[in-house]
Amino acid sequence: MEYQTTSTLLTWMTFLPMIGAGLIIGLVILNYVFSLSKAALDNVSRAIAFVSTLGVLLLAVRLWAGFDGNSTGMQFVHHFVWMRQFNIEYFMGVDGISITMVLLTALITFVAMIASVPWWGKIEGQHFTGKKVPGYMVMFLLLETGMLGTFCALDFFQFYIFWELMLLPMYFLIGIWGGPRKEYAAIKFFLYTLAGSVLMLLCMIGLYYASGPSTLVDGTPAQHTFNIMALSAMGQAGFFAGAAPVLGFAFSKIVFVGLFIGFSIKVPMFPFHTWLPDAHVEAPTPISVILAGILLKMGAYGMLRFNFQMLPDAANWAAHTIAVFGMINIVYAAFVCLAQKDLKKMIAYSSVSHMGFVLLGMAAMTPQGITGAVFTMVSHGLISPMLFLIAGVIYDRAHTRDIEGFGGLAQKMPEYSGIMGLAFMASLGLPGLAGFIGEFLVFAGAFVKFRLFTVVSATAVIITAAYYLWTIQRMFLGKLNDKWSTLWDLNWRERITLYPLGVMVIIFGFYPLPVFDLMNKSLHALMDVVCSRI
Amino acid sequence: MTQYPLLALIPLLPLLGAAYNAFVGARMQKRFGYAAVHVPAILMPGISFVITVLAFARLVSLPHHERVLTTTLWSWMPVGSVDAGVAFLMDPLALVMCGFITFVGTLIHIYSVGYMHEEPSYWRFFSYLNLFMFTMLVLVLADNFILMFVGWEGVGLCSYLLISFWYKEKKNAVAGMKAFIVNRIGDFGFLLGLLLLFWSIHGVTGGSSVVFRNIEEILAQPAVREALSSQTVLGLSLISMIGILFFVGAMGKSAQIPLYVWLPDAMAGPTPVSALIHAATMVTAGVYLVARLHFVFALSPLVMSWVALVGAVTAVFAATIGFFQHDIKKVLAYSTVSQLGYMFIGVGVGAYWVAIFHVMTHAFFKACLFLGSGSVILGCHHEQDMRRMGGLKKFMPVTAWTYFIACCAIAGFPFTSGFFSKDEILWKAFDSGNLLFPGGGLMIWALGALGAVCTAFYMFRSYYMTFTGEYRGAHGHNGHGGHQPHESPRNMTHVLVVLAAFSLVAGFIGLPHLWHLPSYLHHWLDPVFSGSAEIIRSAGHGSGHEWALMIFSVALALTGWAFARWLYRDNRNAAPSRLIESKHPLVCGIHRLVYNKYYVDEIYDAVFVGFVMWFRKICDWIDRNIVDALVNFAGLFGRLVGRVHGLTDTHVVDGAVNGTAWSIASMGSALRLVQTGNLRTYLYIAISGAIALVIMNFILFG
Repeated sequence: MEYQTTSTLLTWMTFLPMIGAGLIIGLVILNYVFSLSKAALDNVSRAIAFVSTLGVLLLAVRLWAGFDGNSTGMQFVHHFVWMRQFNIEYFMGVDGISITMVLLTALITFVAMIASVPWWGKIEGQHFTGKKVPGYMVMFLLLETGMLGTFCALDFFQFYIFWELMLLPMYFLIGIWGGPRKEYAAIKFFLYTLAGSVLMLLCMIGLYYASGPSTLVDGTPAQHTFNIMALSAMGQAGFFAGAAPVLGFAFSKIVFVGLFIGFSIKVPMFPFHTWLPDAHVEAPTPISVILAGILLKMGAYGMLRFNFQMLPDAANWAAHTIAVFGMINIVYAAFVCLAQKDLKKMIAYSSVSHMGFVLLGMAAMTPQGITGAVFTMVSHGLISPMLFLIAGVIYDRAHTRDIEGFGGLAQKMPEYSGIMGLAFMASLGLPGLAGFIGEFLVFAGAFVKFRLFTVVSATAVIITAAYYLWTIQRMFLGKLNDKWSTLWDLNWRERITLYPLGVMVIIFGFYPLPVFDLMNKSLHALMDVVCSRI
Repeated sequence: MTQYPLLALIPLLPLLGAAYNAFVGARMQKRFGYAAVHVPAILMPGISFVITVLAFARLVSLPHHERVLTTTLWSWMPVGSVDAGVAFLMDPLALVMCGFITFVGTLIHIYSVGYMHEEPSYWRFFSYLNLFMFTMLVLVLADNFILMFVGWEGVGLCSYLLISFWYKEKKNAVAGMKAFIVNRIGDFGFLLGLLLLFWSIHGVTGGSSVVFRNIEEILAQPAVREALSSQTVLGLSLISMIGILFFVGAMGKSAQIPLYVWLPDAMAGPTPVSALIHAATMVTAGVYLVARLHFVFALSPLVMSWVALVGAVTAVFAATIGFFQHDIKKVLAYSTVSQLGYMFIGVGVGAYWVAIFHVMTHAFFKACLFLGSGSVILGCHHEQDMRRMGGLKKFMPVTAWTYFIACCAIAGFPFTSGFFSKDEILWKAFDSGNLLFPGGGLMIWALGALGAVCTAFYMFRSYYMTFTGEYRGAHGHNGHGGHQPHESPRNMTHVLVVLAAFSLVAGFIGLPHLWHLPSYLHHWLDPVFSGSAEIIRSAGHGSGHEWALMIFSVALALTGWAFARWLYRDNRNAAPSRLIESKHPLVCGIHRLVYNKYYVDEIYDAVFVGFVMWFRKICDWIDRNIVDALVNFAGLFGRLVGRVHGLTDTHVVDGAVNGTAWSIASMGSALRLVQTGNLRTYLYIAISGAIALVIMNFILFG
């Protein structure tokens, strides 16, 4: 294909954490020989991990600076043949859709890294930050490689490898460093996601064999291809719509459904969402942050990249169903939120509700809908990490998350109350904060296609306000419960994780243009494929 | 359209003030005292007022029909035809709103210095107050719907923050929450109205906009009007549906039936907040919305009639509740609901400028009343019950006089501001030819007149109970006991005097045409509403009617006053207490019904809150016992199949084959339920799920 290597930046970004992980493993091996003190070993592995994630963040800034928002194609392409006998290539690149996710990943992972080290603020008692530190850092860095790779990969096989690479560290991070029911949560997460991956694998193989002849990057002709750009071009040319049916079902439709279910588990979409509350509640704070901030977006990203871009005809066929599920996600999860007693579980369900907006917006396939969906991915990627960090702050102090058990905390923790108010307001879509932009655009885009579904979904704005305000009232307002009179306000570690996100939420609320500028051209290209122009 | 970059400063300065106090206010307060908090907080809206005056001068210098100032800061949401900018627009309507908001707002900031002087979170109060000024000014100055929505929800947020300002009391926190959530119901209407309007226009013309001026231009085309009136949705014409949805938004913000319930509870906030937000400015946003969208509302006589009717019924309904309230702020709260009803009568009959006139005069006299009540509350050591006041006139003469003047204004005594604005509304209602129901104008007018006599009665009742007779709180009931009431500090009384003066004279900018004197306000607002002027029809009653009605209104006001004076003056008449203690079932029943505000709160609690609380439990139950149980069941099933396979493998196939399965299974040994370790099983489950979805898709959407 025409994409030749132009830059190795993405490769460096993706594998920098893996190099860090390698260093830590080397350190652990050295430790058997020289037996360092535990504190030294812990701190050095923390430092390595910290520097690696910081390095990724700096490279991400470089990426942002070098990205040309006026081009629709892939940029920063790194492309070579990887396994010639299977026509598998190594193909990395970003367009306007994936770059937003890559930048978000770099940022949120760095924030989560700060939340993973016990520096800059005291931590009382047993805490995951002091437990098996080198192992945690290795897993954390591998996870980052997996996530970045997933967003950058443009070869389906390579995408799949990264997708699976992400899974295992996540399993261990929940299963070892998690809360009381960590094993249940970890296995549930693992098996659920694995089931999705299996579907994806089948669809990938199906697409590969249905694809037409192509050429590898070095010009060698190939019978079939894993190249996502080539597959998309074939799909948009109607190649898969006319492929031989499978079990009596149209090929493109069955592949669409397979991929869609695979991705919807990650989103998560009702009724595949129940792994999420368990995983979130048990995962340590930084892992919840990554889970909500980035992993959920992978499902939605996959849908855009594969379902919509490769199988536009099937996407049109399934739009109504997706919209229905989006609506169910939004409203149903909002009501479930209202019933939660555990703060973290409530926040987890609120993620389910907000990812419903992404589904609804994508299903609308109008410019406002799709732009709104992608913007919601970004804004939710900033807001939900804030929410989980906030839940972590109180859990670290009180060792409980029972909403009813608090009360009057605003007196003891005014700064915390303020930042939580900001995060809640952003999440409930207060205009002027980032959450509103995506929410409004989704409603605007969906209304013209699915009037009833949009109206029903819009009732969630009331329910969402109710569960957030009720939580604020029960936790922060009223009389101070004497049990909590010893709690203390935010420390610097928590401030440097929360404030940057808070500032970005406000800035993008009033000035979202930088995000639009990044993604507009690519979204327009996608819309040309799937949208009716409005 | 004239560019006027200073416009942006009007909202942004208070934002700056809010940020200052939010971030450094606490430290400044500790270090340099309270002045470091309130001086910038007062200065910012003060300068906004000055800029508003400058903008006024600029507007005046322009030709009558080109009086529009704009400025665009940046493009905000450029997505398809949704192209909203952070852009401000000042036309004569926005100027009037802006003018009294910044003026009254600044005065209330000054007043708060005295009222809140004992408050430790002084900085927080002023930060919220400035933030409110910002959002309110954005609401008024926005040049498009979406930016207006920022202000629209923003004022709701500030209202929430300020109602629950004293959050240690659970009651206040709950009141704040109620205000926000009821407002959100209104916002839901606003949002849907906006979407329906946007896409309806899009459906007709193939392009659309969210900018007010563009929409007005599009709706001026007869073809578009025709299309929007003839296409229907749910049995109503599109334009009526749009109007109703926007009116739901207005009802929430402006506390009209059935969404008024939050406003009386909002009195839990500090009194200057009640004056600023819950009387003078924010609650009039609904009226402003209808006036701003006159080009939408005017197209649907059905919606206009509804607006007028809801306003009229609210005016009377809330006034009756005011009869038996003992809390001085609650009386004023119901009076606000009732006065807002009058404003909706005004916009409902198409007399937009008169409604805005009443918004403005109401801002003066209601702010004066609220601040007066605040002065009383402070003077009586945080006592709000009028039964424990009385005779305050000799302790706090300035407060008493200004309160009396404002009472005269709200009751509509001749030549006060309320007289001109309310009378004009009633006359326009009587003379309206647009109302769709039988007896239209007469009915609305009759309700309004009934409300007027009630208003005069309960307002003077509150005056006489509070300021005349013997002081009844001398022995103290709340631990403060024994203190004499005292007049408030000078910065507070000065504000009262200024507001009382405006309550008296502000009406002269809108003299009735009947008197053949110039109505400056009508002339000033004329270019804004000229677009819909041709649609609004009058019934054509003559000036004889108008004279008669005017005299009749004065008589009504005097009747209400005389009645209140007879019953409550000096607390000598025993009739009120006899009535309350009456054992007659009818009297007793009516009193109980009205005293308990017709049990509306209780009904809402039982029906709506009850439903939501029940439904959330259902959803939660489904989630745990059906959706998640299915997952766990799938896990269990997988484990069973895995065991069968395992047995087969052990006995039939080489034991080494299940090594992989074992290793995965052992990872999950802690969890028996979902553990399986067999990939094939999951494949089966996943594929059967996929097939189920495909089948469902075929059945549902073919």
